[in-house]
Amino acid sequence: MKHNSPHIPDVEGDRLEVLYEDKKPPYDDAEAIAEANRCLYCVDAPCIKACPTAIDIPTFIRKIGTGNVKGAARTILTQNLLGKSCGQVCPVEVLCAGACVYNDWSRDPIKIGRLQRYAVEKAIAEDPQLFAPKPSTGKRIALVGAGPASIAAAGWLALEGHAAAIYEKKFLPGGLNTLGIAPYKMKVEEALQEVTWVLSLGNVELYEGVEIVAVSGSPDEVSASALLDQYDAVFLGLGLGPDSRLKIPGEDGGGVVGATHLIERLKADPTLRFKGVDRVVVVGGGNTAVDIAHELALLGIDTTMVYRGGDHEMSAYEHELASGKVDGMKVLCERQPVAVLRDNVGKVIGVRVVRTEDKKPVPGAEEDLKADMVVVAVGQSRMTEVARSFPGVELDMRGRVIVDPKTGRTGNPKVWSAGDCVNGGKEVVNAVAEAKIAVTSMHAFLTGGA
Amino acid sequence: MADLSINFAGIKSPNPFWLASAPPTNTGDQVMRAFDAGWGGAVWKTLGNPIVNVSSRFGGIDYGNTRMMGLNNIELITDRPLEVNLREIREVKRRYPNHAVITSLMVETKEEWKEIIQRAEEAGSDGHELNFGCPHGMCERGMGSAVSSEPKVLREIARWAVEFATKPVIVKLSPNVTDIVEPGEAVLESGAHGISLINTIKSIMAIDLDRMVPLPRVGDASTNGGYCGPAVKPVALHMVGELTRHPAIAKLPISGIGGISNWRDAAEFIALGCTSVQVCTAVMHYGYRIVEDMIEGLNDFLDSKGMKSILDLRGRAAPQYKNWGELDLGYRVVADISVDKCIGCQLCYTACMDGAHQCIHLPGRTEEEARKAGHTHIPKLIPDRAVVAKGGAAVHGGGAPHAPGSRVPFVDEEECIGCNLCQLVCPVSGCITMKEVPSGKPHESWNDRVNRGADYVPGGLHVTEMERAKRST
Repeated sequence: MKHNSPHIPDVEGDRLEVLYEDKKPPYDDAEAIAEANRCLYCVDAPCIKACPTAIDIPTFIRKIGTGNVKGAARTILTQNLLGKSCGQVCPVEVLCAGACVYNDWSRDPIKIGRLQRYAVEKAIAEDPQLFAPKPSTGKRIALVGAGPASIAAAGWLALEGHAAAIYEKKFLPGGLNTLGIAPYKMKVEEALQEVTWVLSLGNVELYEGVEIVAVSGSPDEVSASALLDQYDAVFLGLGLGPDSRLKIPGEDGGGVVGATHLIERLKADPTLRFKGVDRVVVVGGGNTAVDIAHELALLGIDTTMVYRGGDHEMSAYEHELASGKVDGMKVLCERQPVAVLRDNVGKVIGVRVVRTEDKKPVPGAEEDLKADMVVVAVGQSRMTEVARSFPGVELDMRGRVIVDPKTGRTGNPKVWSAGDCVNGGKEVVNAVAEAKIAVTSMHAFLTGGA
Repeated sequence: MADLSINFAGIKSPNPFWLASAPPTNTGDQVMRAFDAGWGGAVWKTLGNPIVNVSSRFGGIDYGNTRMMGLNNIELITDRPLEVNLREIREVKRRYPNHAVITSLMVETKEEWKEIIQRAEEAGSDGHELNFGCPHGMCERGMGSAVSSEPKVLREIARWAVEFATKPVIVKLSPNVTDIVEPGEAVLESGAHGISLINTIKSIMAIDLDRMVPLPRVGDASTNGGYCGPAVKPVALHMVGELTRHPAIAKLPISGIGGISNWRDAAEFIALGCTSVQVCTAVMHYGYRIVEDMIEGLNDFLDSKGMKSILDLRGRAAPQYKNWGELDLGYRVVADISVDKCIGCQLCYTACMDGAHQCIHLPGRTEEEARKAGHTHIPKLIPDRAVVAKGGAAVHGGGAPHAPGSRVPFVDEEECIGCNLCQLVCPVSGCITMKEVPSGKPHESWNDRVNRGADYVPGGLHVTEMERAKRST
């Protein structure tokens, strides 16, 4: 029995995101088959070991080569329901493709991500009903947050015959997959298409604009205790909270913006325009910093990443830094912002930075960088309040939900959790891998197991 | 610089590279462009009474990303008027007197053979190639490969040709026979001056699974065609070898055809006893220009071996083509996997496990793990070496690094039977080598064992044992 998929709103067209070209455009049939035929079909392949979801990569690639695209998609999706978006957004350079045996043979590694995207997109376009859900078990699960972890978990739970209900406080589902991916990797509509497909796999409801709180005080709020009462199990896919702040003078006011917030607007807000913004300073050395700096540079804005450590200390991927630099992004290392500079009407005019050694300021070594806008990309806060509203769910020192890594189960035996709120912020593929562990444990629990 | 010129039964050619009778020799313009590119000779697209061709005509088979590993065609002989072909032959010979122009011929009656040979010679043909090999269309009319498979008919027609011709007669044989020696001997008896082989192999290229029609498709049907290209080379080499080791047939010059694409292929055919080689598919794939590499490569090869001419190379490998019963049962090779070159794909491991003798092991396994994986023999000698394949350690990023020693397989030499399979599947050239090791057995063939009465291997049928016992008493 097939349920109507939840309604997912459209995004309006006039967004800056649409200006970006795909850096890895989808393969056509001939390109995909040619690339698939390069694969050696390794035994016990290193690429599988490098994939957090352990997709049987050589097998799905061989299936593309034989024209068995539907089978290729099954091979991918049974391991990773978000195979399409992972194909587009995974840092394959440091995962599967990074482990490809071709690397040390001075040959290009197989373009695994692009092949994966090809297989899933083509197979689903030809036949969306690749999987049939099992008969209803009568069990109901609430999922908090509609990011990759929850979407993947809901899809797998639905395929097992359980009823899933996702509660999302935003009006677009998909979490960072929808609102946080660099637009040259994946656009909002593509992410939403995938969400729509996953939610169509079985009995899944989606409640948008609803927040989960300790005590409900409005129709848009549902209490944690109500979820625990009404559902057989709860899955927390909370993700991360708002961008962290620098806590330096001049930071408050217009012209200083959090990185994930800005990326979200760039992708989904048709009103965002960078009028009068010629120079931007991005503070941070991680992948979010590189993403937003790269995105701004592609819009023709003079963009500089400022990082307090040395360039080898950046947590950003080398391949992303290199790619951003090619597109004109500048990187300034060993500089720590000490103040945002504003003119007499409060408009941002620059950032005062101090030179650092070993990430420590060198007294007196200050300089001013001109900027019309400052983007802060120094991490995100945690969704601790939501997590804490579930009795028994514990957080670690850094505000991450504590789970048993083998099961994804929290301190509350009815509550499981996975994704960024557990791991502190990793890739989509990690969220999917963790969600799978949690679903396996939840399913055992729901069907009479522990 | 070695001398590449040849004399094939009196037909002289600046080099052994001839274009086979096929689309590349369809017109005078083509043949002249081919001679300009360096080809030494051309066998003209078969002359006869004009026919009507179908559309489409060719089918290809790919292997991985390689196009046209094999090609087949359902094209017939020339569809151009005889007069036009003859006029162009005359023109080509006038402009290129030192190149070989051989006319491929296919007609039915004795009178037709007489007339066509005469007219070809009047046009300046250096020799004739009797097309007794075409396996489609013409054979249904009693010509082409139908002639190759009837030695009596072949001998008869070839005799007519020898009788009517003043120029050398070459008979082109079909591979679509049980034993190539039969038509070979018929050629010998006919008095013809040379043999060329192979013509194409009867084939159906593929099936269009949507239309349920074989390929190449002509409307809503197809027919069998002639298979050629790199894939047929082993078949061609074998048939050439059967003739070049035949003491009487070997006296005739042989023109080798079948999958020859480069100088190395050509050298192999010549080493097996051919005087000239003919090329078609490689030219259809890449153009006449390939001959430049063929000439250069063959020249350098002869120089590197200290050979002065084609004659020095011709037939050098033929004596080493023997029957199975003559092979040395005491010879032994074992596989050796290079730790430096291995990229850790483990294709050799799986090939040996499932397709050979389970003598390639993965390092770092306990005996129990090895037995569970399907090994029945645990090697005494487990190499003590660092065995992380170059490509096996995820040094390029955050991929899970492998446990040291987890990727480079090693060979249980005691169990290795030297079958070559691992070397054949290894994608890295030179990574797996087969090294000669003493087997502890005498140098002896099966025939030797038969001769000394030691051709009995225990473990067979009781019936056989009883029979042997009776015979020995």
